[in-house]
Order: sequence, then C-alpha cells, then structure tokens
Amino acid sequence: MSSATGTMRVVSRNFAVPNMAKLDVATKHGAYEMLKRAVKLKPDEVTAIVKASGLRGHGGAGFSAGMKWGFVPKDKFPRYVCVNGDESEPGTCKDRLIFERDPHLMLEGALICAYAVQAERIYIYIRGEYFYPAKVMQAAVDEARAKGFVGENILKSGWSCSAHLATGAGAYICGEETGLLESLEGKKGWPRLKPPFYPAAVGLWGAPTIVNNVETLAFVPRILEMGAEQFAALGSPKNGGTSLFSLSGHVAKPGVYELPMGTPLKSLIYECGGGIPNGRKLKAVIPGGSSSHILKAEECEDLKLDFESVAAAGSMLGSAAVMVIDDTVSIPRLMLWMTRFYAHESCGQCTPCREGTGWLLRLAKKLLDGKGTRKDIDDMYEVADNIDGKTICALGAAVAWPTKSYLVKYRDEFEALVKG
Amino acid sequence: MSVNYPQIPEALHKKAEDIFFRYPPEHREAGLVPLMFEAQKVLGFISPETEHWLAEQCHVSLVKVREVLTFYSMMRSAAVGKYLIQYCQNISCCLMGGEAVLAHLEQKLGIHAGQTTPDKLFTLRCVECLGGCSWGPMLLVNEDQYYQLTPAKIDKLIDGFKSGNPVVPDNPTPLLGNVGEVAEA
Repeated sequence: MSSATGTMRVVSRNFAVPNMAKLDVATKHGAYEMLKRAVKLKPDEVTAIVKASGLRGHGGAGFSAGMKWGFVPKDKFPRYVCVNGDESEPGTCKDRLIFERDPHLMLEGALICAYAVQAERIYIYIRGEYFYPAKVMQAAVDEARAKGFVGENILKSGWSCSAHLATGAGAYICGEETGLLESLEGKKGWPRLKPPFYPAAVGLWGAPTIVNNVETLAFVPRILEMGAEQFAALGSPKNGGTSLFSLSGHVAKPGVYELPMGTPLKSLIYECGGGIPNGRKLKAVIPGGSSSHILKAEECEDLKLDFESVAAAGSMLGSAAVMVIDDTVSIPRLMLWMTRFYAHESCGQCTPCREGTGWLLRLAKKLLDGKGTRKDIDDMYEVADNIDGKTICALGAAVAWPTKSYLVKYRDEFEALVKG
Repeated sequence: MSVNYPQIPEALHKKAEDIFFRYPPEHREAGLVPLMFEAQKVLGFISPETEHWLAEQCHVSLVKVREVLTFYSMMRSAAVGKYLIQYCQNISCCLMGGEAVLAHLEQKLGIHAGQTTPDKLFTLRCVECLGGCSWGPMLLVNEDQYYQLTPAKIDKLIDGFKSGNPVVPDNPTPLLGNVGEVAEA
C-alpha cells in the first residue's frame, strides 16, 4: 500500500503543510503558477487538456468535467462558474478538507475553469454549517484578490473575473446543481426541470454557468502541472487520476484517503483503514454516500473503486464516500437513519418524494417498534418504487435506491421484526 | 430607513450594501439568504419586522422572504440559547455510537433535542449530516466543530461552556487518513 499512501497525493499533496491557507505559504508551494500558464493558452486549449485528462466530477454524478465546460454556448454572455461546496451527502466529508487545508488550490482551479469558459464571476457556494471552512475560504479569496489573482485584468491577460462566497442555509437539496443556482439567486432551493436546459447553457440568472464540485476544480491545476496524459494514467480506464475517499463507519482508521481511481475496495478498508475493529466481521459497504445501493460483504470481494466497476456491481461510486458496516448493525435500523435524512431533506416540490420519504420513515419506525406487518415491508418497496424516476431531481432516486437494496438484500432482517 | 426599522442597527445596513455588491445590480434578490444570515447573527432571529426590512432591501415580496425563512433549516424565527448545539444524527455518526452519545448529552443538559435549557444557555438540535463523517460522532456549538465525541468528551464540553472555559474546538479539522499524518487508531 506504500505506493498508494506515499505517492498518490495529488490534490491532497499540501494538506499537512502548516498555514497552507495563507497566500504566501501557498505561493511558495506553487499556487497560481498553473493559472499563469493557463492564461497564456487559448481558452479552448485549456478545456481540451481537462477533457483529455479524463477528469470526472467528484460531486456524485461523475460526468466528464472537460465535456461540461465544452457545452457553454459560443455566443452567450455573461458566463459564470459556481463551485459546488454544499457537501451534504451522508458519508461525504472531503471537500471540507480542501476548504480548510488548501483553499488556494481550489480557487486556482475555479479561476482556470473561469478562464477556459471566459466567465466573469465565480461563486463559491459553501454549505451553511461549514462555518470554519467558509472563514478560511473567504480569507483566501480576499488575499488572492489583493494580489491580483482575482479581479480586473488578471495576470495582464485582458480577462477579468471576480470571486465571491455564498453560503447555504441548511438544505441538502442545494447540492443539486440547479437547486444550488436557485438558492444562489435568493430563493428556496427547488431544483429546476431538465432537460431541455442544463446549467452550462442556461444557468445562473439564465446565463451559461459551469457548476463543478470543489474537489473536481482542485484537480485542475494539478492536471495542467503534470499533463493530461500522466493524470489519466494514474487512474483506471475512463477514470482519470486519483480521488479523495471519505472512509467512515466501522474501520480502525477512518479518514480521508487519496487513492488512484480503480483502487480495490478491500485495500481501502483493510490496508488504509486498518480493517474492522473489535474482532468483528464486515457485513456491508455503502460505496458512494447514503444514496448508493448497499453492497453485501461478498459483493465487495473484487470490487474496484471507479465509476464503471461500482456500477457493474449494482451500486454507484457517487461522491466516493465509503461507509463500512460491521456485523453488529441491524439493517432496519440503518434504514431508519437513512430515511430520516431524506424525509427531512426532501424539498417538497414533487409529491412522490415529499410524501414518499415521510411514508418510508414512518414504516421504518413502525417496523423497529415491533408494530409492523409483512405488508409494511412490501409497502416500503412499493413506495420506494413509486418515488424512483418520478421526481424532478435525483433526491427521489437517492432514497429509493438504498431502500430497495436494503429490502431485497436483507429481507430476512425486516421479516424478523414482524410477528407472525 | 433605520427610522422605520428601529431594530435594525446601522451596521446591518452597511453590511447589506457589502452583500449586494457581490451580485449584478439587477439581482438584489440574490442577497436575501446572506443578508438574512447577517440579520440573524446580529438580532438572534428573524422577526416579522425584520422580514419586512429584508423584503424592502432585496426588492422582493414579503411572501418570498417567508418562503426562504421557512425553507432553510438554519434560519430561525425564534430565539435560541447562547450556545446552539447542532448534533449530527446521520449514518456515519450513528455507526460510531452517536445515538448513545446523544442520549448522554440530553441527560447532561436535562433537555431533549429541540428544547432550550431554562437558563437559556443551551439549545439542542438534531441535524442531518454535518459533513464530519470520518470524525464522528460530531456536533457544532455555534460556529465551532467538535469531533469524535464520547460521553466523557460531552461532559468536558458542557462543563467548559458553563464555567466560561470552553474546550478548544477542532478547528481546523484534524487530518486523518493518508491526506496528512496518519492518526493512531
């Protein structure tokens, strides 16, 4: 594992450097050198490099970042870049570290993105509960502005771009990119109907807008530094580079690990995470945040952590938040924690999600209280199935998929709660 | 303006202008969420009078302000205690024994989640995922984060606030994993 733990720190390379959030320390470690290089290239050339690197979104959907940048209509101005720092998916806690430990790296990536799409403003949207990360990020933006990396005629390129922080106010749905835009516009974060329009074409205030996750943008300066080919070679086919994996739950050494895409799940759990403590056994893994299908221990044997491999195993890599569950955990109880989240966070716009999430939570409680029936188990599946695919945004699927997978894979545990 | 809204201090008016500067001038509505946060910070909560002020400032209807106020869980229309404790009750924290720690916290404070202590010192709220999953169980006290909670750490934390010697918060978040020093298990 030494190669993974020792040499694969791409985005996290400087996390342990004291005071890395300060501009003078950051510039000593190369901050903004790649922005200098980028503004000497044509904007389309920058996009082409990012496309060639195989960089995919680290916020959950895994869409090609360079391709997204290329969707901006050629003739529409103004344009915006929104950094999605509304990290709220249970299990996911890696963007927090970028904000706190190397904010200039992300800001540099956002500026390079803004240059590539010729945007005039960057909004860094941070979830409201991230008070400390937001303070560090704001200080970094202020310092970068004072030194001319943000503002008018950046690095004498003739291109100007401002950067501003915006904070969420406690709503998971604002991590959905159009919910984020609505929130940024001063409204409740109700996701927008799509297609036909995606934010790259019609985004903030109707203008072309690139919404990228914090980690995704933090990789951009590194891609320019090492070159697209070398970055792509770090990962597995179709999955360029490395990823920050948020490891939580029943492991001896939880934490955030940077590993090449395609690293075996077992390496993450046993070599990095030190295995399952207290002599217990692995029961299940949630591989990509709470919205992903649960995998039984036997399904994890040969699993590799990249988008295609996890999808082939019937789940999704999502935000690369791996939650490890040992054999002491009751899956119906896990269902309660999971459905409570989605019932609270459903924005209320779509009836199947608004009503269904609460219904699922009530049924989960009823079963755990020993008052459930076999029909309640079937009803849970049916309710989940009636949410799935029938909502404007992915929050509906985010509760339907895990619900169905818990019920199918651990049906016996639910039935054991039912009398008769 | 301040004559009509005596509860709004001058500093808040100034803050409003700073906020609107972040957005194109034709989009003052965008300043609503951040200005509401600032007002809440200064005034403790958003009163009906403050809602009117926000509507005027942001050039939106009163119902829009009410919509935003009631949509976001961090916005409040009533006062909370001096220390607002937001306790994470989601999967990763629960896997690490979060439910037992919460029970201890409720016992220590003598209140349930959603309540404020009679001396108005603490308000306890359960929230859904605070993004500290690898360091759970976790909570926020006002703007500070505290990780890897145990009943003993809860006792120290609450006693520290009561005695005026708060425990040093976990700001910044400790490095765990290979992204920094690998902490001992």
